[in-house]
Amino acid sequence: MLTIKNLHASIDGKEILRGINLEVKAGEVHAIMGPNGSGKSTLSSVLAGREDYDVTEGEVIFNGKNLLELSPEDRAREGVFLAFQYPVEIPGVSNVNFLKTAINEIRAYKGLDPMEAKDFLALVKEKQKLVELDGKLANRSVNEGFSGGEKKRNEIFQMAMLEPKLAILDETDSGLDIDALRIVAGGVNKLKSKDNATIVITHYQRLLDYIVPDFVHVLYKGQIVKSGTKELALELEEKGYDFIKEEIGA
Amino acid sequence: MANEILEEHINSDYKYGFVTDIESDNAPKGLNEDIVRFISKKKNEPEWMLEYRLKAFAYWKTLEEPNWAHVFYPKPNFQDIIYYSAPKPKKELKSLDEVDPELLKTFEKLGISLEEQKRLSGVESRIAVDAVIDSVSVKTTFKETLSEKGIIFCSFSEAVQEHPELIKKYMGTVVPHTDNFYAALNAAVFSDGSFCYIPKGVRCPMELSTYFRINASGTGQFERTLLVADEGSYVSYLEGCTAPMRDENQLHAAVVEIVAHKGAEVKYSTVQNWYPGDKEGKGGIFNFVTKRGICLEDNSKISWTQVETGSAVTWKYPSVILKGDNSVGEFYSVAVTNNYQQADTGTKMMHLGKNTRSTIISKGISAGFSNNSYRGLVRIAKGASNARNFSQCDSLLMGDKCGAHTFPYIEIKDKSGIVEHEATTSKIGEDQLFYCKQRGIDTEKAIGLIVNGYCKEVLNKLPMEFAVEAQKLLAVSLEGSVG
Repeated sequence: MLTIKNLHASIDGKEILRGINLEVKAGEVHAIMGPNGSGKSTLSSVLAGREDYDVTEGEVIFNGKNLLELSPEDRAREGVFLAFQYPVEIPGVSNVNFLKTAINEIRAYKGLDPMEAKDFLALVKEKQKLVELDGKLANRSVNEGFSGGEKKRNEIFQMAMLEPKLAILDETDSGLDIDALRIVAGGVNKLKSKDNATIVITHYQRLLDYIVPDFVHVLYKGQIVKSGTKELALELEEKGYDFIKEEIGA
Repeated sequence: MANEILEEHINSDYKYGFVTDIESDNAPKGLNEDIVRFISKKKNEPEWMLEYRLKAFAYWKTLEEPNWAHVFYPKPNFQDIIYYSAPKPKKELKSLDEVDPELLKTFEKLGISLEEQKRLSGVESRIAVDAVIDSVSVKTTFKETLSEKGIIFCSFSEAVQEHPELIKKYMGTVVPHTDNFYAALNAAVFSDGSFCYIPKGVRCPMELSTYFRINASGTGQFERTLLVADEGSYVSYLEGCTAPMRDENQLHAAVVEIVAHKGAEVKYSTVQNWYPGDKEGKGGIFNFVTKRGICLEDNSKISWTQVETGSAVTWKYPSVILKGDNSVGEFYSVAVTNNYQQADTGTKMMHLGKNTRSTIISKGISAGFSNNSYRGLVRIAKGASNARNFSQCDSLLMGDKCGAHTFPYIEIKDKSGIVEHEATTSKIGEDQLFYCKQRGIDTEKAIGLIVNGYCKEVLNKLPMEFAVEAQKLLAVSLEGSVG
């Protein structure tokens, strides 16, 4: 589904990603871990198409398309979803209106008619349950006045509504208490299928107790320096990132 | 990056920029006493009206153009303007069939129906319209239906002929000819406008509206609107404005007066979309307008809602004098400036009566190289006990070449008064745009969403059909102005 080859990216002339290689297949969950400043969030931003970053080398193929040539909105329409580390507030725009616009834009891209109002509302009702989101939140302005946990749940709610092929969760566990973590992870697990894939970016192993990855990759200084199965995450938790540094002789 | 997008896209299309080819009957260029007499004669006015005009003209000659507003423009040459222009032939029109078909087409293009039945999304929508083109009113609809309830809705000229006692009683009582430079000019040369009287205890069964259209070249439009709501009555009034695209600056100096008697309520909504000039700032309307209402007696209410997207330069402060006890004044405004537009707009709330309340919600949006100022005055007079005001002035900037300014003035002479003022300035963030894009929404749609969300409190105050129109207008006015 997603093939990243020798990806280099920089911001303001400073190179952050220094040759990332990654292969994600449908049905898989990949976790990307790493210490602060290793380039985790840069990777998610580059994949989503944030314009602040310059891709200097490498390629990203998503379902046969050159992802880097697509605009951010077209990437989203092709099925790339980013759950933001810091979800953005849009005052005065209701969640429902926001999602209806998004869904219909994606449908238009695929040559489909706008969704019928009643089908849309039924979908909202169904997906809200997934993340135990209060019905009132759906009618409130996008993320405005939401608590940290509500914002993250709202991200997963949006993900459920948009049904992406590839979901990238950027530090979705940050700022969550244990109950919220359970709800968010539960939502993600329920959305998992053999046709979609998830990349979980996290600093801590904690989230991986709930969203069990098929593969774990350690990002360090802009490169994936070690890959393994979920046991690697436990090892990291136990020994800290220092052991990686030692292993690669940094 | 953002600026590149901004520069690439700034060019919103003004879809009302067409000119209608109709013959018109013009006054000679320039302004002097003879022109004032000419206009009065054209309108076949009684002597007292001419005297009023001449008095105003004499006073105007003693004044200088004000320059305190935060707007910069070449001074209009008042001798280079045509003060009266009427589409020919001007005769008594008995039915729509007699209206020049070119004129009808004009209003059709503007999306305004001069037919008395208009169907909108399956529901019969009835809005009475007074259509004013250049200096004269060409047609007022639903007059008969309204008159059954005793409501008078007609052109100002007709009111001077048919209801002189009401005009004499109310004209100039809220905005006297001595009020300011442009009010004095208007009082001298005003040509038409709308008049409306709602009798005691009557709830006006439909929205009343006036559409103003400047068509002829080299002309100024000086219309006058007078709305009187008698005891316990209610009316909702809409006003829309457009003009053709021309390289010259055209002057529009209107006066609107509202009088609300005991327990009466007046809602006045404006969607102002005069031609704003091109993207280099050439041409466009100078919109210098005096709008004021008075809550003359107890428990009355006047509410102004405006969506201002047009004009090269706007200078406008719809105000309320809260004279009656427990009276309420409201001002809800969205002002958008793009390219080289300038707007200095806001309100005055003058609390004179006891327990008077006022609310001001102002949303400014600046894009391109434009400047957008909020200027507001809240005055609580001595003896206006327990007066309350709440003001909220928000500014939204798109790009980094525009300006937003806030000039709030507060004068409190009574200790029991409570005034709250909140102000924010924000930028449409890259973050907000990226968030929308990541959900599959393109930049233009994202801006539309964000801006409409930002203006929601004001748009909610507009009557349904106007609100839809206003939302579209906002999106068009800001097309391409990505910040």
